[in-house]
Amino acid sequence: MAFNLILFYLFAAIAVVTALLVVVQSNPVYSVLLLIGSFMGLAGLYVLLDAPFVAVIQIIVYAGAIMVLFLFVVMLLNAPREAAVRSRLLESAGTRVIGAILALAFAAEMAWALTRSRTLAMSAAGRPSFSVPQIGQRLFQEYAFAFEATSILILVAMVGAVTLAGRHLVKDRRSGS
Amino acid sequence: MAELTHYLILSGVLFTIGTAGVLLRRNVITVLLSIEVMLNAVNLTFIAFGHFLGSPDGQIIVFFVITVAAAEAAVGLALVIALFRHVETLNPDAFRQLRG
Amino acid sequence: MDFLTPAAIAQLGILLFVFIMLLSSAAGMVYMERKVAARIQQRMGPTLVGPYGLLQPLADIIKLAMKEHVRPGSADPILFALAPIISAATAFTAFAVVPFGAETTFFGLLDTPVPLQVADVNVAILWVFAVTSMGVYGIVLAGWSSNSKYSLLGALRSSAQMISYELSYGMALAAVLVLAGTMSIRGIVEAQSGGILDVSRWFLWLQPIGFFIFMTAGIAETNRAPFDFPEAEQELVAGYHTEYSSMSFAMFFLAEYINMVTVSAIAASLYLGGWNGPFLPEWLGWIWFLAKVGFLLFFYVWMRWTLPRYRYDQLMAFGWKFLLPLSVVNLLLTAAGVLYFGV
Repeated sequence: MAFNLILFYLFAAIAVVTALLVVVQSNPVYSVLLLIGSFMGLAGLYVLLDAPFVAVIQIIVYAGAIMVLFLFVVMLLNAPREAAVRSRLLESAGTRVIGAILALAFAAEMAWALTRSRTLAMSAAGRPSFSVPQIGQRLFQEYAFAFEATSILILVAMVGAVTLAGRHLVKDRRSGS
Repeated sequence: MAELTHYLILSGVLFTIGTAGVLLRRNVITVLLSIEVMLNAVNLTFIAFGHFLGSPDGQIIVFFVITVAAAEAAVGLALVIALFRHVETLNPDAFRQLRG
Repeated sequence: MDFLTPAAIAQLGILLFVFIMLLSSAAGMVYMERKVAARIQQRMGPTLVGPYGLLQPLADIIKLAMKEHVRPGSADPILFALAPIISAATAFTAFAVVPFGAETTFFGLLDTPVPLQVADVNVAILWVFAVTSMGVYGIVLAGWSSNSKYSLLGALRSSAQMISYELSYGMALAAVLVLAGTMSIRGIVEAQSGGILDVSRWFLWLQPIGFFIFMTAGIAETNRAPFDFPEAEQELVAGYHTEYSSMSFAMFFLAEYINMVTVSAIAASLYLGGWNGPFLPEWLGWIWFLAKVGFLLFFYVWMRWTLPRYRYDQLMAFGWKFLLPLSVVNLLLTAAGVLYFGV
């Protein structure tokens, strides 16, 4: 049983430390890679929570596809000028200190609020774990409408991304003026 | 055995880190990455509750959250590229024309 | 010491065995590639080092290890060192869920049968897919951190190719999942057992198009000819590993060969029945597995030295406009067939 707790702290430490480094350090490429590390820690936590399917989906979709997109964009925008992209954390040290103090206060407040409720005394003993066929059936029966709606959402996002970032806009602007 | 409170505090901490990043960083890419951190904190909460309540809905909602995050990242990055073509900087403070 | 049960020791032994076998298979691939290439081109290949040139891979490894490790001055040191590690690590990790034999008790030495694989995960196919998508980062970071034009271009092209062909790869996998009803590779292999001579229930006969799609996407995923434009010597010097030398280059080399072995092993498990085969008892099934993987690796080398290279835009057009729609049609037909015939 203690093994479960050790693994929890290990994965939680990985997730938190890498997420903190994402926000704190200044090189965007490192930020993207550290966020991938955070996703790995979270995937480990999902496996501990008896959700191995979501864990692998998280790695395939989030860490394997979305982050590749981020990395491509960072490389594309970094390529012409190195100096302009490396931004400092904030303009002055005072703002940074106040920001950190406020963040700590927010975290403490959330921790207090989340542990207040009495219904949180649930244990995981005897909880059923769900196999992939069960999840699939639920997804395609109760959540079928949401599923179709997200496919339209992805189509809209694709069209939007191509329209916004497309080269044809640049050409029109230059030839117009 | 890790209890529900452990997971909730962890996701609270992650959410705070993401919020701090969104509000404090002056680099558009890092802001988008911090939004992803916040979404992941929410995913963790869903899965934790799904597990401790014995319901598969937690995992299913996480699918939808991941899909929406993908769509939002794609459009957000396309916006960043379009903006970068106008003004060659990634500092969001440079885009102030619509300020009242 | 009570956790060191005989089963645990057997597991550790299997782990070490798989690791060493993967390394030796990479060395064997080096030799086979050079010999087969030579014979296809009507020459002899390596014959000087050892009998029939069999010690040639050893000579290659020694040569690579003794070279000077050069890092360009303007390269990012952390990422430059990290990229080959990511490539090699993902290549090895993907093989962890591949089963190469039936459950065995090692001639009665163990009380409970131990499956001949490193880990038996019930989402095994998705694990392979996930780890393969992580392999893209090794290439992208290699190209980016080298801070050189050829590397960056090669890396961007290679990673774009890999993520494009991952879609068809996944759809072909999904069609096999529909037929087998389980995501564990061991389950899929067991679903293909039985039948005439242990051959007639292979998914190859039910999914010929799927096999073609899987092998094509697998060849494109591992950046091998005819899809190796990003590594083409004539166009891009050496693509993303231009600036790497000595052991870092060896890691990329190793990663490519082990990715090939993994794709062949998965194809053998999913379509060719894994360790099922005629005339041999079940505990000798790993011989059939080795034979099938060996044949698919030979097929890889044969393709490389027979077909001309696709140009990059032809490559991407083929992946998006032909292979992806074909894989979707394959999935739909498979699902319709399963519903109609109740397989």
